[in-house]
Amino acid sequence: MSTTETTAEHEGESYSQFVRRQFKKNTFGMISVYVVVVIFGIAVFADLIANDKPIVAHYKGSTIFPVFKEYAVSMGLARWDAEFVSAEWRALPYDWSVFPPIPYSPSTTDKRLASLKDRAPSRMHWLGTDDIGRDVAAGLVHGSRYALSIGFVAMGIALAIGIVLGAISGFFGGAVDIAISRLIEIMITFPRFFLIITIVAMVEVGSLWLIMMLIGLTGWTNIARFMRGEVLRVRTLDYVSAATALGYSTRRIIFRHVMPNAIAPVLIYAAFGIVSAILFESALSFLGFGVPPTVVTWGSVLFRARASTYSWWLAVFPGLMIFITVSAFNLIGDALRDATDPRLRA
Amino acid sequence: MSGKPLLEIKDLKVHFPVYGGVFQRRVNDVKAVDGVSFTIHRGETLGLVGESGCGKTTVGRAIVNVLRHVSPDVTLEGEINYFDDKGTKTNLLSLGRGQMKPFREKIQMIFQDPYSSLNQRMSVKQIIAEPLEIHKPTMSKKEVDDKVLWLLEKVGLQPEYALRFPHEFSGGQRQRIGIARALATNPELIVCDEPVSALDVSVQAQVINLMDDLQKEFGLSYLFIAHDLSVVYHICKRIAVMYLGNMVEIGSADDVYFTPTHPYSKALISAVPEPDPTSKNKGRIVLEGDIPTPLNKPSGCGFRTRCPMARAECAQLVPQMTTKRSGATVACPYVD
Repeated sequence: MSTTETTAEHEGESYSQFVRRQFKKNTFGMISVYVVVVIFGIAVFADLIANDKPIVAHYKGSTIFPVFKEYAVSMGLARWDAEFVSAEWRALPYDWSVFPPIPYSPSTTDKRLASLKDRAPSRMHWLGTDDIGRDVAAGLVHGSRYALSIGFVAMGIALAIGIVLGAISGFFGGAVDIAISRLIEIMITFPRFFLIITIVAMVEVGSLWLIMMLIGLTGWTNIARFMRGEVLRVRTLDYVSAATALGYSTRRIIFRHVMPNAIAPVLIYAAFGIVSAILFESALSFLGFGVPPTVVTWGSVLFRARASTYSWWLAVFPGLMIFITVSAFNLIGDALRDATDPRLRA
Repeated sequence: MSGKPLLEIKDLKVHFPVYGGVFQRRVNDVKAVDGVSFTIHRGETLGLVGESGCGKTTVGRAIVNVLRHVSPDVTLEGEINYFDDKGTKTNLLSLGRGQMKPFREKIQMIFQDPYSSLNQRMSVKQIIAEPLEIHKPTMSKKEVDDKVLWLLEKVGLQPEYALRFPHEFSGGQRQRIGIARALATNPELIVCDEPVSALDVSVQAQVINLMDDLQKEFGLSYLFIAHDLSVVYHICKRIAVMYLGNMVEIGSADDVYFTPTHPYSKALISAVPEPDPTSKNKGRIVLEGDIPTPLNKPSGCGFRTRCPMARAECAQLVPQMTTKRSGATVACPYVD
């Protein structure tokens, strides 16, 4: 292995520039990044993509923006006029109106549908509706918000706990290490899925935050073990001894010298952790233990498929969304791991 | 040759605990260093030689006091006395973390492996500037930058390398960066832990010459730890030989290299490769057996299990370092 082989083109690049360059060589990784960006876009602009209110309309001589007004109302900054409070938005006599591409909210029930045949994908409902007439496409668009926020929040909780406990355990060793390692082992022996189901079942009011907390609080063990191992490895490297010999403070050694060199593989693991959090939520919702019934997530659409056997669209489309998202995060994790692995440097 | 004393090591013992059993009790100690004494004078280079595992690196790490970080349970006994230029004595082993800090800048270390001794995530400039920021907080940013460039020049690196990262350099260049970092705090003593053994032979010579020049310019003292005896002979005025955690011989480089007295030193020196292939092997001493484990050292003299002149008494008597008629200081009562 030679370090003098760096070509003139890449001279002076930092480690992060190097990783970025390596990452871009991975086609699947790059495609996955674009996929995740699109899903993020859908989540951010969900209200403009699927909504039962018009984005902009001319009604009784004035121009109104109901989608944006909804934001103001939900923040308590404005109130709906009386005629809109329980309005059937699509039926109002507009002069002209611009509706979102999917003119349904995830909780809107389309009362026009009578039979199973009506609920199948059609020009009215691109991806069909569930058994009570809620549009699947609208549910999936808004469900991406829940999927991503569950993935990131749960992972954030797990990362925070795991990194701190792992670093403490690895750096200080001794009794602290023994205590934390045993705690990790105890946590691992609990079957995570059944632990979450049990707690959700005991707490009668399920909420999104509870699910996020539970997935996060039970998911830090692998991160902590990973971090501990990395810190143990880095701690014995000579530059940490050099830092000690130079009289740097313990805080400086941990945060400037040990952490930056130990954390990269842990952050890569986070990509896979997001995947498992999304899958967990879907599985919980599918079993009916997840979010409250009014909240439409990818998993809860799947849950509806159990009740209506012949509604193939209720199983295929949310399943496809979960598959695409999970695969994208997995491929990003793989690409990151390859990009940071010094043995694969080319 | 010998100036005032700078560092006096007195009966230094470094023991690493070994835990075992269900309850992880302390069952034994690895006696890595078991009673070593020597003195380093100002401006001198003392060579410390011995085979792998004899404790020479541990002595070096004990002097810069970095053992506790890697193994928190290590026990250190004895004295490491530092003498400042007025001759005031301070026992570094008795100091706490905070009290140690002002002495840290006086004693620095250069490491064997130039790949793990530099933080990959920091540029050369950050690596060399960090000790200045810690120990000379009054320096302005401009002064620090100037000092970094000056140090780079001193160790023979181009100033434009300052913004590069360690992975862009060869082993020899990295070792120069490590030397610049050690020099940043204006140290008096640099512990060099096999500084050239990981380098190519041609690069070894460059780095050794650089260290020689720096010693002359800054009046540095070196504790030069190595197993390559010809390198040690080249750079050192005095040589100390260690075996299994104990010192067996110390003396001037010429005496130890050409007329070794202790039976172990004799065997060690006879193992130095001969550059001239036509010269007949002039009495290579081959030792029997392997070096015993420092977990379970032989009683009495540690070398007796392999010593060609061992006697029954060697199992009882722990040999002390004594100065012989020839002038050598040796831990063996049966030679002179």
